[in-house]
Amino acid sequence: MSKRIDVKDLNVYYGKFLAVEDVNINIEAKSVTAFIGPSGCGKSTFLRTLNRMHEVIPGARVEGEVLLDGDNLYGPGVDPVTVRSQIGMVFQRPNPFPTMSIRDNVLAGVKLNNQKMSKGEADALVERSLQGANLWNEVKDRLAKPGSGLSGGQQQRLCIARAIAVEPQVILMDEPCSALDPISTLAIEDLINDLKDQYTVVIVTHNMQQAARVSDRTAFFNIAGTGKPGKLIEVGDTHTIFSNPTQKATEDYVSGRFG
Amino acid sequence: MTTTSLTKSRGAGRAGDKVFSGAALAAGCLILAVLFGVALFLVVQAIPALVASPDKIQGGEGFFAYIWPIVIGTVIAAIIALVIATPVAIGVALFISHFAPRGLASGLGYVIDLLAAIPSVVYGAWGAAFLAKEISPAYDWLANNMGWLPIFQGPASATGKTILTAGIVLAVMVLPIITSLSREIFLQTPKLHEEAALALGATRWEMIKMAVLPFGRPGIVSAVMLGLGRALGETMAVALVLSSGALTASLIQSGNQTIAAEIALNFPEASGLKVSTLIAAGLVLFVITLGVNMIARWIISRHKEFSGAN
Amino acid sequence: MTSTLTPVRKRSALTKGQLPKFAPYVVLALALVVGAAIMAVIGFNAFGWGIVAAILFTAGLVGWSAAVEGGRKAKDKLATCLVVGSFLVALLPLISVILTVLINGLPGLLDPGFLNTSMNGVTGAFDNKSVEQGAPVMGGIYHALIGTIQITLLATVISVPVGLLTAVYLVEYGEDRPLARAITFFVDVMTGIPSIVAGLFAAAFFFAVVGPGTKTGAVAAVALSVLMIPVVVRSSEEMLKIVPNELREAAYALGVRKWRTILKVVIPTAISGIASGVTLAIARVIGETAPILVTAGFATSINTNVFSGWMASLPTFIYTQILNPTSPSNPDPSSQRAWGAALVLIILVMLLNLGARLIARIFAPKTGR
Repeated sequence: MSKRIDVKDLNVYYGKFLAVEDVNINIEAKSVTAFIGPSGCGKSTFLRTLNRMHEVIPGARVEGEVLLDGDNLYGPGVDPVTVRSQIGMVFQRPNPFPTMSIRDNVLAGVKLNNQKMSKGEADALVERSLQGANLWNEVKDRLAKPGSGLSGGQQQRLCIARAIAVEPQVILMDEPCSALDPISTLAIEDLINDLKDQYTVVIVTHNMQQAARVSDRTAFFNIAGTGKPGKLIEVGDTHTIFSNPTQKATEDYVSGRFG
Repeated sequence: MTTTSLTKSRGAGRAGDKVFSGAALAAGCLILAVLFGVALFLVVQAIPALVASPDKIQGGEGFFAYIWPIVIGTVIAAIIALVIATPVAIGVALFISHFAPRGLASGLGYVIDLLAAIPSVVYGAWGAAFLAKEISPAYDWLANNMGWLPIFQGPASATGKTILTAGIVLAVMVLPIITSLSREIFLQTPKLHEEAALALGATRWEMIKMAVLPFGRPGIVSAVMLGLGRALGETMAVALVLSSGALTASLIQSGNQTIAAEIALNFPEASGLKVSTLIAAGLVLFVITLGVNMIARWIISRHKEFSGAN
Repeated sequence: MTSTLTPVRKRSALTKGQLPKFAPYVVLALALVVGAAIMAVIGFNAFGWGIVAAILFTAGLVGWSAAVEGGRKAKDKLATCLVVGSFLVALLPLISVILTVLINGLPGLLDPGFLNTSMNGVTGAFDNKSVEQGAPVMGGIYHALIGTIQITLLATVISVPVGLLTAVYLVEYGEDRPLARAITFFVDVMTGIPSIVAGLFAAAFFFAVVGPGTKTGAVAAVALSVLMIPVVVRSSEEMLKIVPNELREAAYALGVRKWRTILKVVIPTAISGIASGVTLAIARVIGETAPILVTAGFATSINTNVFSGWMASLPTFIYTQILNPTSPSNPDPSSQRAWGAALVLIILVMLLNLGARLIARIFAPKTGR
């Protein structure tokens, strides 16, 4: 149920502007990889290229290869829709569909694709996904209520349940806790720990403690100045990056000297 | 690369994407086609009147001699409407955006919007049956006291069915248009500018003069232009209110005619060349309003770039 | 000379040199009394009294303020008076129109058979009889009501898909392409087409395609669509634009195709606004007279086929009853019918406007908090 991602010589452009330059990284299956770095360094942009979500922005394009267990996401004939059903994403701000109930939100990925499913299967999937997102006990009695009625942290876990309901190989998380209070954040971090048993998780975070707490490996991105492209400076085991980085910039950043 | 797990895609969905985006594109193009068609069909149907020998056109002196008095009449009616409506509309917009209590503002805005909801034929009926009668004493007074001005030359129409009455009715009809657009613009005034003015000790009126009006000026201009477009093309208010006739300088005598009313009054019974003449008149009206609206939209779009809003 | 130190101050320094709070009320009372006195001299009427009192109030308050508070405050007061005054002036025609229609229209509306008979066979002789011998006014608006509903319905059926799809193109696919910008510009231009020109276009189109003199309900519906489409496009476009991009991204990230995302996520989220915009567009065209006048002709009998034969509608019914009374010598019954129809039309439009607000509220996405 999980695959590895290998990125080779990836450049990301917005129109003519080179946003992220020359990234090479291997992301292991069934592990949590954290991307850290100062604002605007391109870590979120890079994350979005891992399931071709950057294509939503007009003018965005990439050069290079992203291999999902050896299959290039940008190969000829590859449909971005198929890519996204294998590599799910959770966003900065919780965004449940306001017109749908909690149950329908979980089933959204299945239902919106018009796949037929019996009620029993659907019920099982809803329960399994909500269990997987540690939300089942809190919402099992009000599955028919609108998802937007939940608290921020619950909404975010609902979004995670929605993402795992389509049974992806990889889950990308773009600062999933930045809009949440500390208690909700803790719940999400616990959940990330559980998720890596089954999924490959990639998380972008501004919070270095969070990266240290949840991730197995950490990648540090940096930018030389405004108008310059973002770069991957260093990647390695989280422990090594935080205690004994090889690059001076990484050491400055993780020790709080800038950023 | 051969087939991978990624190139196997659910084919039907992909076709759906193409069909749907194609339909959306087609709908957009249809609109362009319709507008083009409006122009084209009007031209085609108008050509007989434009090429016919002058003595066959109504009035016997050709299309130009027929159209120019009613073009002038249209412009006169529209100008009267704007002269009356613009100051009132700006006042109302300011009232709603900056003077009325916060809680009441949107309700009051809705009340003014009701003015726009009343059908034009009802305005026409009101103007003919109520306003014309009530206002004719005022015309007598104008004729007696201001008669030395050509526009108020007596004797005033006894029925009150004059171009001035029609202009007043038009003013009522364009008022909500100018109001709602100006109100939107006034509400967009950057709060920082307003607060900066107030912090300097400005009174509310001084703040409006310093911050709101300069910011809103292009918006007001385009709102007035849109109101002008509406006033030029409005039919019923004039057709029912005005007892039409030849071009007259006096606004308080019967006389004058507008293009739209001329068409509405004559088209239902027209046939042959008369139909072409009226369609040609409609084409002239279309060109005039198109020009006015394009200028208005151009001002708005230019303004958007400057304001940096959104 | 203002800065003399006064050891005992009755009023705070911050309120010195201000008109007391009750000043406007005092001036208003004075203005009303003096205004009444002036009107009593030159002949009393309520409208004139209001005008005179308003002028006196403005002059009095501004004058007093100028004397006590100085020029700047006085100018502020003057501006406030003018702004409030212009709002009150704008209310006058609204109240007047509604009162006129109510007073003149109720007798016609309460006439038995007004809503369910047509004008078929009603001639001037009947009207003469009702005026001279007090017989009830014959005839009604049934045919016009049917015509209005059918024409408007057909126009809606044409306009909504075209308008909604165009809005979808502009918001979801346009991406600021030249074509999208051209459509936006011309939709704006289209909102300014005079309604009678829209009518002439439909007439000219059908004259050229079907044959000269083609006047049916369908021609009128096409004319109304030309007026309605831009309104639907603009309102739907606004509504689709405010659907948060996050929802689209959430759907894409679940591997949902764009068209399904639009149909199942974007449009349902915006549906309340779209529906209320469509209702407002209907309210706008249902009262249009000029385009129907030149496209559907006038009928006095019931015609339920929009594709053949002349058709009546409420606005054209009002128009012809006023301009060409059924009995030229006794126009009163005709004008009673016209006002009755006007009342019905206004009620319809107001209901649609109200409906639009209700739809917006009822179908808005529920937060469930």
